[in-house]
Amino acid sequence: MEYATLLQILDSTLRLATPLLLACIAGLYSERSGVFDIGLEGKMLVAAMCSGAVAFYSGSAWVGALAGIGGSLVFAGIHGVTAITFRGNQLIAGVALNFLASGLTVLVAQYLFGQGGRTPPLEGAARFDPITLPFADMVKDIPIIGSFYHEVISGHSALVYAAFGIVALTWWVLYRTRYGLRLRAVGENPAAVDTAGVSVKGLRFSAVMITGVLCGLAGAYMATALQAGFGKEMTAGRGYIALAALIFAKWRPVAAMWACLLFGFFQALALRPDVVEAVVQVKVPVPFLDALPYVLTVFVLAGFVGKAIPPRAGGEPYVKER
Amino acid sequence: MDRLPRWADVALVPLVSLLMAAILSAIVILAIGQDPWEAITVMVQGSLMSAYGWGYTLYYATSFIFTGLAVTVAFHAGLFNIGGEGQAQLGGLGVAFACLFIPWPHWTLALMGAACGAALFGAAWAAIPAYLQAKRGSHIVITTIMFNYIAASFLIFMLVDVLRPQGKMDPTTATFPEATRLPSFNEIPGINLIFDKGVPANVTFFIALIMAVVVWALLWRTRLGYQIRAFGKSEPAARYAGINPTRIIMVAMLISGGLAGMMAINNVMGEAERLLGNSASGAGFIGIAVALMGRNHPIGVVLAALLFGFLFQGGAELGLWTKIPIELRTVVQGLVILFTGALDMMVRMLLTRIFTLFRSNRMEAA
Repeated sequence: MEYATLLQILDSTLRLATPLLLACIAGLYSERSGVFDIGLEGKMLVAAMCSGAVAFYSGSAWVGALAGIGGSLVFAGIHGVTAITFRGNQLIAGVALNFLASGLTVLVAQYLFGQGGRTPPLEGAARFDPITLPFADMVKDIPIIGSFYHEVISGHSALVYAAFGIVALTWWVLYRTRYGLRLRAVGENPAAVDTAGVSVKGLRFSAVMITGVLCGLAGAYMATALQAGFGKEMTAGRGYIALAALIFAKWRPVAAMWACLLFGFFQALALRPDVVEAVVQVKVPVPFLDALPYVLTVFVLAGFVGKAIPPRAGGEPYVKER
Repeated sequence: MDRLPRWADVALVPLVSLLMAAILSAIVILAIGQDPWEAITVMVQGSLMSAYGWGYTLYYATSFIFTGLAVTVAFHAGLFNIGGEGQAQLGGLGVAFACLFIPWPHWTLALMGAACGAALFGAAWAAIPAYLQAKRGSHIVITTIMFNYIAASFLIFMLVDVLRPQGKMDPTTATFPEATRLPSFNEIPGINLIFDKGVPANVTFFIALIMAVVVWALLWRTRLGYQIRAFGKSEPAARYAGINPTRIIMVAMLISGGLAGMMAINNVMGEAERLLGNSASGAGFIGIAVALMGRNHPIGVVLAALLFGFLFQGGAELGLWTKIPIELRTVVQGLVILFTGALDMMVRMLLTRIFTLFRSNRMEAA
C-alpha cells in the first residue's frame, strides 16, 4: 500500500472517529455516575436534526451546534427524570428514547422542509469548515512527517479538534478534580457519597446533562461537518458503537480515545474494500469489516482481552435509606 | 394504605400508560400541524373496519406475538433480551435453508420443518450472549445489541455473497418452492368467507396463539417455569434453593431466541416467500414494547400485539392517506415503552395517590 493511501485512510479515520469519540465521552460521564445510557444513539440523532435544521435557517454552523446541544439536552432531561427522579429502568428508558428520536426527527424534518424527512443541503457558513493548522502548507513537502501533518492532522473542522481537547479535559476532570472524584464515587458506591453529604441525585443529574451536551456536539458534527445536512437515521448505530468503545476502553477517557480511533479506522477501511483486498490478498466482504467493532466488543465483554468491569452501582436507581 | 388493588395494578396501570402515550402522540400530531382526530379515524378505517385491513393487522400482530413472547420469557428470568431483532433475522435464515434445500411434499410438513429451523437458528443466535452472561458475566443487554448488528452484517453477507441466485442483482434468496407456500386467511376454508381479498395474514397466526398458550403453561405450570420465575425474582434465593443459574440463563435465553426466530415463519415463509434483507423490519424491537405493555403475561402479550398490529397497519395507512409520516408509529412505540417500561413507577405513584384520595373521602362520608 502506498503511503498516500494510508494517509487518506488515516484522514478519514479521524473524521469518522470524531462522532464516536464525542458520544463515547458523553456516555462515560453518565455511566461513571451510575446511569447506564443506551440512548446515546437517540440523543445524537435528535441533535443532528436540530443542528441541521437550525443551521439551515440561521446560516451558521455554530448556532446549529447550540440548537443540537439544546435538543440533546431535552432528551437527556427526560432520561434523567425517568432514571433518577422516578427510579425507572435505565436501559428501557434508553431504548424508548432511541425510538422516540428515530420517529420524531423524521416527523419534524418532514413538517419543516417536506423533503422526505431530511433537511435541505447545507452550504457555506452553515457547515463547519476545515481548519488548516499553522505551518501545514509549509511542511507538506517534508516526507513522511510533513505530509502526515498536512494530510491527517491538519484540515479538519473545529469539532474534531474540540473532541480531542474534550478527552484531555475529561481526564483532568475525572482524575484531578473534586467533581471527578465524586462522580466516580457515585457510580461505585452512592451510599458513601450520600453519607458524605453530597446529593446523589444532583451529581447524577449533572452527569446526565454533560452527556446531553456532548451527544449534542456529536450530532451537530454529523449533520454540519461530516455531512451536509440531516438525513433519516443518519447516525446509523454510531451511538451503539460509541457504547462498545466505552466498554472496550473500560470507562477510561484516554483509552476511549484509542478505542474510538480503532473503530473509526474500521469504518474508514469499510469504505475502502479495495485497499483491504490489496493488503490481505484475500477478498474480505464489506459486512465483515462493518461487524468488526461489534465482534471485538463481544470479545472484550467476554473477558478475553482483559476484563471490562462496569461502575458497580451502574443501572441501579439509588434509594435513600429511611 | 398505599397499595393498589390487584385489578388496578393489572389493568389500570397499562391503560393509563397507554392513555398518556396516546395524549402525547396527539400533541405531536397537533404540533406538526395535523389533526389527531383525522389520524385516528384513518387508522381505525384502514386497519379495523374491513376484512382486508384486519388481514394486515393480524399479520403484523402474529410477528409481534412471537417477539413479545420472546422478550417475556427472558424478562421472567430477569434478563432483558434486546436481541430479538437479530434472532428474528437469523430465524429467517433458518426458514430459508429449510425451504430452499429440503424438498417438502406438503406445506404442513414444510411449516413444521421451517418452524424448527427458525427456532433453532434464533436460539443459536441467543446462545452466545446467554453463555457469556452465564459464564463470564458479560451484560446481556450489551451483547444482544452487538449481536443485532453482527446479525445484520452476517445476513447482508449471506444474501449478497452466498444465497443470491446467479445472475440476479437483488440481494435476496430465490423464491421458495410452491410446496412450502402457507395458506393465507383468504385460502383457508371457513375463514375465506370473511377474507375475500388476498391478505398477508396466514396460518402462522394460529401457531402464534398456540405458542402463547405453551409459554403460559411453561411459565406457570411446569417446574422449569417456576425455576425461571424464581431466578428472575431473586437470584440469591434461587441459588439457595438449588436452582442452577447457568442452566436457567441458558434455557430461558434459548427459548427466548427460539420464539423470536419463529417469527420468521410468518414474514419470510408466509408473506415474502423468500428471504429479503432486513427481514424482521423492527418487529424484534416492537417485542419489547409488546412485552412491557402486556405486563409479561401471554394474554397481555397477545392483546398488546393486536394493539401494535393496529398501530402498524394504521400507521402505514396514515403514510398513504395523510400528511403524517409513517414514522409516527415509531414515536408511539417509543412513548409506549417509555410509559409502560420506564415511567411505570410514576404512573403507579399517581394512581396510588388518586386511590388514597378516594378512600379517605369514603371514610369521611361514613
